[in-house]
Amino acid sequence: MYAFEIERPGTLADAVNALKGEDAQALGGGQTLIPTLKARLAMPATLVSLSGIGEMKGVCIGDDGAVCIGGATTHAAVVREAAAHYPALADLASHIGDPAVRNRGTIGGSLANNDPSACYPSAVLGSGATIITNARDIVADEFFDGMFATALDEGEVITEVRFPVPEKANYQKFVQPASRFALVGVFVAKYSDGVRVAVTGASEDGVFRWSEAEEALSRDFSADAIGGLEVSADGMIADLHGSSAYRAHLVKVMTGRAVVAAA
Amino acid sequence: MPKDSGIGASSKRREDIRFLTGAGNYTDDINIHGQAYVHFLRADVAHATINSVDTSAASQMPGVLHIFTGSDFEPIGGLPCGWQVTDKHGEPMQEPKHPVLAHGKIRHVGEPIAAVVAETYAQARDAAEEIELSLTDLPAVMDMKKAVAEGATKVHDDLTSNLCYDWGFVEENKAATDAAFEKAAHVTTLELVNNRLVANPMEPRVAVGDYSAADDMHTLYTTSQNPHVIRLLMGAFVLGIPEHRLRVVAPDVGGGFGTKIFHYAEEAFCTFAAKQLRRPVKWTSSRSEAFLSDAHGRDHVTKIELALDAENNFTALRTETFANMGAYLSTFAPSVPTWLHGTLMAGNYKTPLIYVNVKAVFTNTIPVDAYRGAGRPEATFQLERVVDKAARELGVDPIALRRQNFVTEFPYATPVAVEYDTGDYEATMAKLEEIADIGGFAARRAESEKNGKMRGLGVNCYIEACGIAPSNLVGQLGARAGLYDAATVRVNATGSISVMVGAHSHGQGHETSFPQVISEMIGIPEDQIDIVHGDTSKIPFGMGTYGSRSLAVCGSAMVRAAEKVINKAKKIAAHLLEASDADIELKDGQFTVAGTDKSVAWGDVTLAAYVPHNYPLEDIEPGLEETAFYDPANFTYPAGAYACEVEVDPDTGKVTIERFSAADDFGNVINPMIVSGQVHGGIAQGIGQALLENCAYDENGQLISASYMDYAMPRADDLPFYEVDHSCQTPCTHNPLGVKGCGEAGAIGSPPSVVNAVIDALQSAGKDVTHIDMPLTPARVWDAMQG
Repeated sequence: MYAFEIERPGTLADAVNALKGEDAQALGGGQTLIPTLKARLAMPATLVSLSGIGEMKGVCIGDDGAVCIGGATTHAAVVREAAAHYPALADLASHIGDPAVRNRGTIGGSLANNDPSACYPSAVLGSGATIITNARDIVADEFFDGMFATALDEGEVITEVRFPVPEKANYQKFVQPASRFALVGVFVAKYSDGVRVAVTGASEDGVFRWSEAEEALSRDFSADAIGGLEVSADGMIADLHGSSAYRAHLVKVMTGRAVVAAA
Repeated sequence: MPKDSGIGASSKRREDIRFLTGAGNYTDDINIHGQAYVHFLRADVAHATINSVDTSAASQMPGVLHIFTGSDFEPIGGLPCGWQVTDKHGEPMQEPKHPVLAHGKIRHVGEPIAAVVAETYAQARDAAEEIELSLTDLPAVMDMKKAVAEGATKVHDDLTSNLCYDWGFVEENKAATDAAFEKAAHVTTLELVNNRLVANPMEPRVAVGDYSAADDMHTLYTTSQNPHVIRLLMGAFVLGIPEHRLRVVAPDVGGGFGTKIFHYAEEAFCTFAAKQLRRPVKWTSSRSEAFLSDAHGRDHVTKIELALDAENNFTALRTETFANMGAYLSTFAPSVPTWLHGTLMAGNYKTPLIYVNVKAVFTNTIPVDAYRGAGRPEATFQLERVVDKAARELGVDPIALRRQNFVTEFPYATPVAVEYDTGDYEATMAKLEEIADIGGFAARRAESEKNGKMRGLGVNCYIEACGIAPSNLVGQLGARAGLYDAATVRVNATGSISVMVGAHSHGQGHETSFPQVISEMIGIPEDQIDIVHGDTSKIPFGMGTYGSRSLAVCGSAMVRAAEKVINKAKKIAAHLLEASDADIELKDGQFTVAGTDKSVAWGDVTLAAYVPHNYPLEDIEPGLEETAFYDPANFTYPAGAYACEVEVDPDTGKVTIERFSAADDFGNVINPMIVSGQVHGGIAQGIGQALLENCAYDENGQLISASYMDYAMPRADDLPFYEVDHSCQTPCTHNPLGVKGCGEAGAIGSPPSVVNAVIDALQSAGKDVTHIDMPLTPARVWDAMQG
C-alpha cells in the first residue's frame, strides 16, 4: 500500500469533519478497502476509521418496532444481537465471509461499498430498510445505484440502518465457489402489505428487486406461485463461475427456496 | 496391539510442536543484518517485444540501491532444464533460453522484467512504478492446437515452431496398436482436458541471497524441496559458482507439492545481486505474485481410445495429448507428460498394446511443471475415465470390467517399458468394496432420490511409479542428473544419533518417521534420534523430495548407512565382550553374545567408539559415523482403488461429496497415522482439482483466476470424512524397507472417481451426459444437464 495518514475519531461529528480533508476516505471494517490498498489500487491521503465511534455501534429496537443497526456494527455483532428480533437478517450476517471477516466487517461499510455480490444489500432492499446518514434518511429503493455505486455523497457516513421486521423472511445464498460471495443471493421478506424479493450477485446493475416474483408471492406466498415465472438472462453477470443464463436460473431457484424456508 | 514406537507405530509428529506454536523457522523468518529488498517488476501483458526499459527516474527514487534489467543477465546462463526428451524422430526437444530477467521479449504475464533493490520493500515497490517500459504488443499464443498449426505466432523466434517435442511411446508399438483398433469389437473414445492448477502451498516462495567477500562464500536461503539440486543447477549452469563456494539452505518449508522443486529466477537473482551489491538481498513472494510466478501444474488436452474384444478384454489403448509447457521449460517440465505419464498408461490392466503420443507446446503462459502426482494423475484420469465410459457403453459393471482386466501376475512387464515388481489389485478392490460399503449404495441412492437429489457412485483404480529412480535408466531417458539419495548416520558418544539426509521434509513428517526406522533397527528410543535436512553444508549430496521418493530412496540410504554403523558397532561390542563379531546380536539397544547372557549396552559401545581406551584400534577406526548412497533398482509401484459417492442437486448442478473411500497398497508402512494424513491431503487436492480449482486464462493471456477471489481452493466443508485403508500390503521387492511411497496417491487416485460418480448420478437420472471437464463446478454440471 501507499503511505497514508489515519484518523481515529471518537464521535460522528469528528469523523464527518475529518472526512472533509483532501482525499480522505472512510474506513469501516476494512474488509474490502484494506486488500484494495494492499494491491495499490487506491491512494487515499487520509483514512478516517469509523470503528472507534460508540454511537455508531450496536443493535436496538426503534419505537416503531424496527431493528436499528449502527453503521459501524460488525457482522458478528449483528449475528448475536439481532437474532432474537430479525432472525433472517442475523442468519444472513452469519454466512458473510469467515469469522475474521465477520468480526471486522461492518454493515455500513458493506452498504457503502455496494459490491454487486455482497449479501447485505439484498437484505436492505428486500426489507425496504432505511439508511440513515449523518445528513439524511435514504430509503433502500433510492440507495443502491449499480455496481459499487450508491446515493451517498462524498464524505457522507452511514450511521444506522433501520429494518422494518417482516412477518416472515429468508435469505438463500448460492455461493461462488472461490470467494464464497453470492453467485446469486435472494432475500425474500413477507410484510403485511406485500412481499419483497431482492437479488444480489446476479445482475450487472447490482442488487435489484424481482418485481414479478413480488407480485406473485404477494398473492400467494408459496414456491408454486413463481413456478410460471422466468427470469431473463439479459443484463445478468457472466464470468468464470457461471453464465448469465445460469445466474438467471438460480434467481428463480433461490427465490423458491427462500419462500419455502421462510414459510 | 498397535506398536508404540518403531516401524508400524503411529508416533506423533514431533515437528508439529514447533509448527503449531509458531516456532518454525521459515525462509521469511531469516533476516540478515544489512539486508536489502528486491521487488520484481513483472509483465502485465502476455507477449510483447521490449523496446526499452528506462530506469533513470526510478533509480533516483529514495532508498534505491540498484535496478537490474535483462541486459545485466545477458552474459549469464539461463535457467537450465533438467530433462531432455527425445522426440519420435530421434531428435532432441526444442529448448529455448530461459532468462533470469526478460530480455528482448516478454513471454508470459508475471515474467520478471526488472528487479529493484532498495533499502526497504516499500521503496523498491515505489521505484518499480517509475520504471518506464516501451513495449510492442504481440498476439498471445494460448490455444495449444492453434499454436502448433502452420503460420502460428511463435513464442520463441529462434525456434522452428511452438512444438517442443512430438513424442511417441512406444513408437515401435504404433502399427500393432493401430491394427488392434481395426480388429476391435468395441472402441470407446473420450476427449478431455486435464485442468491447469496452481499449487498454492501455504507458504509462498522466499529467497534470501547472502555473500561473504572475506571467504568468497555465497549462501542462498530458499523455499526448496531439494537444496542440493538448486545448488547444482544454479551454481553450475546459471551463475558459475563452484559447489564449495555456494551453500543452499532450505529451512522449514510450508508445503511444496512440486512447485518448490524447480530452480527459479528469483533464487538466482538474489544470489547474484547479493554479491554485486555486497548486501544480503531478500525476496518474499506475495500471494498474488505466487499465482503469476510459481510453476503451474497439469494442463493437458487429450484424446484417448480404448479397444476391447467381444469378451470385454482390453486389447489396445491409444492416446494423443497436447501438453502445455508454458512460455519456458521449467526444471523438469519435459519429463512430466512423457516419462512420468506415458509409462503409466497401462494402469492396473494387462492391455497388451499401448501407444502414447504427446505434443509438448510452448504458449504465452506461466511455465508448467510437476504438481503432486506429476504426469501420473493425468495418466490415471484419462485411463480411468475411458474405462468407466466403456463400461457404461457396454452396459457392464465398471468394477467388474476393471477386475476382468487386472494384472494378476507379478512381476509384470507393461507394454510401456516399466516392470511392476509386486501388487495385488484384487485385494485393494475387495478392500474398497468393504470400506466403501458398495453393497449399501442402492439404499443410499434411494434415500437421496427421496430428498430430490441425484446420487452417483464412481470407482477408479490407480497405479503410480514412485521412488524415482534408477539413475542409469533415467539417464537414458534424458534426465540430466542422477536420482539416488544419500544419508549419513552420525552416532554421538553417548549413543544419540543424528541422521543427515538428502531428502527434505516440508509436510511429510520425516523428522518423525525416519527415526522410527533407526529406532527399530537399533532398539533405542525414537527421541534419541534426530533428522538433519535442508542445508547443503550439513547433509550429503541428495536429490531431495518429490515423486513420493523420500522413504523409498533416501530411507533406503539411511538403512544402508545404519547397517554399516551396526556392523562396526558389533565389532566394537565383540571386542568389549571378548567374543567374535559374528556371534554378536543387537536387540533393544543391547549387544549380546548369542546364546549367553553376556551383553553390553548400545551407549557403552558408542562411548568406546569415541573414547577408545579399550578398543581394537589396530583393526578399526574410532568413531561411529557412516554414509550411504542408494540408487534404486526400479521404481516402486503403489496402487489402489478409490470410491466416491456424490449427490448432485438437479436444480443448481451443485455436487456434494457424501462419501470417499481409499484402499491403498503402499507396501510396508512405517507410520500409519502419517500415511493416512498424506492420503487425506492428497485426496483434498484431488477433489480440489475435480470440483473446484481452475487456473483460467483469457484469450489475451491474462490470468483471470489470479487470486483466491476466483481460484477456488478446497476448504474443510467441501470435503467429507474419508475412509482410508492401507492394510493391503505387498512390500516392494527391491528396497530394504519394502516401502513404496504414499505422498501423491491421494491426488492421483481421486479425480477420476469424483467425475465417474457425477456421470453416474446424471446418467442414472436419465441425463445424456458422458463427460464433463474438470472442475465440475455447479455451473458446468448445470450446463451439461441442459444438454
